[in-house]
Amino acid sequence: MLQVNNISKVFNPGTVNEVTALQEVSLTVEEGNFVCVLGTNGSGKSTLLNAVAGSFPLDSGQIFLDGRNITKWPEHRRAALIGRVFQNPFSGTAPGMSIQENLALATRRGKSRGLAWGLPKSLVEAFKERVTPLQMSLEERLGNPIGKLSGGQRQALTLLMASWLKPKLLLLDEHTAALDPKTGAKVIELTEEVVRRDNLTTLMVTHSMQQAVNLGNRVIMMHRGRIAYDFGEDDKKRLKVSDLLSLFDELRRKDQIDNTVAELVAANYI
Amino acid sequence: MTLLIGSITIGLILAMLALGIFISFRIFDFPDITAEGSFTFGAAISAALIIAGVNPLLATAVSFIGGAAAGMLTGILHTRFRINSLLSGILVMTALYSVNLHVMGRSNLPLLSETTLFTWFEKLAARFSGEGKMAMVLGWEVPAKDLWILLFCLIIIILVGLLLWWFFRTRLGTAMRATGDNDQMIRALGVNTKTMIVAGVALSNGFIAVAGSLLAQFQGFADVQMGIGMLVWGLASVIIGEALISERSLGLVITGAVIGSVLFRLLVAIALRWGMNPNDLKLITALFVLLALVLPGFMKNTKKIRLTTR
Repeated sequence: MLQVNNISKVFNPGTVNEVTALQEVSLTVEEGNFVCVLGTNGSGKSTLLNAVAGSFPLDSGQIFLDGRNITKWPEHRRAALIGRVFQNPFSGTAPGMSIQENLALATRRGKSRGLAWGLPKSLVEAFKERVTPLQMSLEERLGNPIGKLSGGQRQALTLLMASWLKPKLLLLDEHTAALDPKTGAKVIELTEEVVRRDNLTTLMVTHSMQQAVNLGNRVIMMHRGRIAYDFGEDDKKRLKVSDLLSLFDELRRKDQIDNTVAELVAANYI
Repeated sequence: MTLLIGSITIGLILAMLALGIFISFRIFDFPDITAEGSFTFGAAISAALIIAGVNPLLATAVSFIGGAAAGMLTGILHTRFRINSLLSGILVMTALYSVNLHVMGRSNLPLLSETTLFTWFEKLAARFSGEGKMAMVLGWEVPAKDLWILLFCLIIIILVGLLLWWFFRTRLGTAMRATGDNDQMIRALGVNTKTMIVAGVALSNGFIAVAGSLLAQFQGFADVQMGIGMLVWGLASVIIGEALISERSLGLVITGAVIGSVLFRLLVAIALRWGMNPNDLKLITALFVLLALVLPGFMKNTKKIRLTTR
């Protein structure tokens, strides 16, 4: 389904701000798999997601999705295959437009948009049906601007929008990080439901090891722009939060050793 | 009274300009100064074509296309070549100044002896009410023809307003509004935001060019200077409209821009009548827009202070 071949990305090359975000990353995700991506800050986990979504051109490597080489596709073209939920709850919805208009925009994801009426009555009924189970009493307020809603409500709606037309791939970028724990839990519950219902192929970046342990059938842990660990279905079943924590510690210790060794070498040779 | 009716008519014609500015400034959040060039461009194109004997309706339509082409150029400079939006507009506006002189052949083209849209309106008015008839409005005697022309302009602007309202509720129009509201979101839903911006700025300048074309036909001449200050003028109309109508629904905002344009024109006419120096007009317009931009934020701050001191 998704195949990432040796992709690399360096931001601000040749400047003091040079950051190697991805180093020869390869990843294959089979259809219907739900992959959690863990990693320290700056490990490249969000960059990996954005690379797949097409937010920036790659330095090298290729990306295939649904059998098509999408490496050169611009972001909006990839959107025909990909549904996205961002970390920032404000990123996924147009604040000045009504809830129903936002949803209506999502019903044409990746399709042509002609001069047909943007918000036919039939759609509004369908929206009511899908919004009611969220239990946020949004069905009464479909005409209200979406900007007046809370972050959690907006994130739940963004999730609904991203999956309205079944995407080939669902990208979730720490979509509960900006929410309070209770709302976050609700959005995660909704995520599971949406993914299970349509058996969506999903890539979810998270900072929560609990989420990584509970959700999905595969965990990858990134470090310094590479995939450091990859737990498949069987390994993941035995995985505990404490295991992940100790792996993080190990990665951190390795870093420190690297640094001290570098210092020793520098002291001896300079 | 005749002056008043003339002012309202010009206000309605310039409402088209206000709608154009509304599209670029409010829907796309694109400060598009091309307006000053495309306004004159529209006037120049239709004046030159009408003098060459072209049907005035066709000439007005061509001015829409001309303005849209200018807007498209600005949009392309901004999206494809990543030039700052304001600078792209300035470049096209400056270039248009020369283009306008070439189109007109000189700096001023009189249309008084030509057949324009407004000659048609006058003929139509004569058929409805008879030649040279006077009508009573609020106890004042005014030429009936002027009232008819006012009505025709009102009908045109209502039709254009309805057209815009319809367009911005279609799938394409909704995507355009979303582009101005949150471009990241609408890209993630598969819309090419660059194309949307180019199309939107083109549409905006098309309307602005038609406003210039209609004004030239109404006042009987096209002048290479007539676009100067039009951006701020249109912005003032939009701001007055928004102040009148606090509701954000699309239909009301469009109505507000039209009413704002008429009101602003009336305010200016009254101020001039009271003896304001016409040379100060642009200065006062600019101050007015400045106040309208600064005041709301200023009032919010004082409110906050009051709340915190309590």
